[in-house]
Amino acid sequence: MARFLLRRILYAIVVVILVTLIVFVMSRLSGDPRTVFLNEYTTQEQWDEWGRQWGLDRPLIAQYFLWLGRALQGNLGNSLRENRPVWDVVMERVPATAQLALGAFIFALALGLPFGVLSAVKRGSWWDYLGRTIALFGQALPPFWLGIMLILLFSVQLEWLPTSRREGIPHFVLPSITLGWLTAAGLLRLVRSAMLDVLDSEYVKMARAKGVGEGGIVWKHAFRNALIAPLTYAALVFVAFLTGAVVTETVFAWPGLGRLAVESVKSLDLAVLSGVVLVLTALYVTVNFLTDLLYAVIDPRIRLE
Amino acid sequence: MSVQPAASAVEEGPSVFGKKRGRIRGWVHEVNRYPVIPVLIMAVMVVCALFAPLVAPHDPLFGYLGDREEPPVWYGEGSTKFLLGTDQQGRDLLSRVIFGARISILIVTIVVAIGGTVGTALGIIAAWYGRHVDEFIMRLVDLTLALPFILVALVAVIVLGQSLTLVIALLAVFSWNGFARQIRADALQIKTTDYVSSARVAGASTLRIMWKHIFPGVVNTMTVVASLRVGSLILSEAILSFLGAGIPKPTPAWGVMVADGRDYLGTSWWIAFFPGFSIFLLVLASNFLGDWLRDRLDPRLRQVD
Repeated sequence: MARFLLRRILYAIVVVILVTLIVFVMSRLSGDPRTVFLNEYTTQEQWDEWGRQWGLDRPLIAQYFLWLGRALQGNLGNSLRENRPVWDVVMERVPATAQLALGAFIFALALGLPFGVLSAVKRGSWWDYLGRTIALFGQALPPFWLGIMLILLFSVQLEWLPTSRREGIPHFVLPSITLGWLTAAGLLRLVRSAMLDVLDSEYVKMARAKGVGEGGIVWKHAFRNALIAPLTYAALVFVAFLTGAVVTETVFAWPGLGRLAVESVKSLDLAVLSGVVLVLTALYVTVNFLTDLLYAVIDPRIRLE
Repeated sequence: MSVQPAASAVEEGPSVFGKKRGRIRGWVHEVNRYPVIPVLIMAVMVVCALFAPLVAPHDPLFGYLGDREEPPVWYGEGSTKFLLGTDQQGRDLLSRVIFGARISILIVTIVVAIGGTVGTALGIIAAWYGRHVDEFIMRLVDLTLALPFILVALVAVIVLGQSLTLVIALLAVFSWNGFARQIRADALQIKTTDYVSSARVAGASTLRIMWKHIFPGVVNTMTVVASLRVGSLILSEAILSFLGAGIPKPTPAWGVMVADGRDYLGTSWWIAFFPGFSIFLLVLASNFLGDWLRDRLDPRLRQVD
């Protein structure tokens, strides 16, 4: 277990270093950071002084570590567009994205789990067809288009739900569905195939032979064991949410991290984009690591690998 | 793991147990044996893509300024001049959708060709040489799987600027890994077969063994992985274009067109609807086809995707 843990930690560190390196190299490729402050009154002495202050006279690798050190302390520089510390700009967007993700997660669970179970238990029935149709459609619907069509139907035509901004519960409905749909579809597929697998196992046959009721078999014997596979899906859910949040927040003008990333691309604000990327990557790596850990705890075979 | 159809619509359970099948379900079963509808959809899209200038009724970039936001032919005051209506600049939507198919299919074809070739080659090399080479290639696979695609893509776009080449490069970097992993597993098995040993004893060169003896054995897997990848590649490209980080304007990419239509939902729903629906259809068809091919060629992969 210790070796497994060590390997995973090392691995996470490599990913973080790689992502920070990409961001750093990109930020240097896009030009000298001093040019932002350059104006007609700038003297050569000032220019050189800035260079010394920011360590631009050092070798590139040293610059990288200086930059990383500052980033680790939460000093990501100033936003070009808003002229405020990047850290503040990024952090104030976190709650909106977290709430949206929670809403989407609840939606995905509410749709994916019951339909996955039902689809497996009543295999070949119309329930199964419905479940599999949801799964297939979920994986083929472009998330941005789904969001726009939901707006068209429920906001523009029926006028039931609001489209943008973030105020009360109704504002959460459409964005949560948009973000959660793909995850719901994936979850449904996984739960269904895991349930089918388990329902075919010896211990379920044994339980049947003992005369355990169908409800007991499905929920006590099968469902609990079938949940192991979808649990490891957690990391994938996070990846889906990462891409999904960027898209969903753009569609619904949601004031979260994803929209901030797109805005910073449009306004060429690399400092802010780097901040968003660093925060999200740190989260991403942590979630990946925790999932591996969880999997290792649940399934001892993984540890021996 | 027992083999259960994960979510394939290809085979259906009840008939095996001698239950009578309804007429409708029997008909569904017949159609499902061969993916007739998906193949039809794909065929139409590919023909549109190949012969776009001949098929499209209008120039996709020319705006008929007198005919802005014309509705589709069956809706309101639509005319046969613009079958699917026009967009906010008076450009024919049908022509733009047809040319959009060209962009999507072109990108996917190139990306799958690059990713498939590189991934297959690296997979075979990893399996053949083993040890450090194998370790290195597989860690590279893990890394590209662990990098958050959307974030890397946004950073790259802000620095290098939007272009078709960048989209293709980004998608290629993130698509070879699936091939490498699957094909390595296959090649490892083939490596231990008697015919490979015989070829070695007979003095065949490494390159000859790889090409003549191993490669033919992994072609099926390669086809299946490729066909299962197509759908998600189309979606990824569309997402990038929708965010304004993919295909630059005025090229009629489907994602860009949906983004354009978002602002005109209240008055002209068709601008956003048709390009998004085209993405949905193409992805759905290719996913169906992928599932079908997998069940036909390589049922082992069922649980993998």
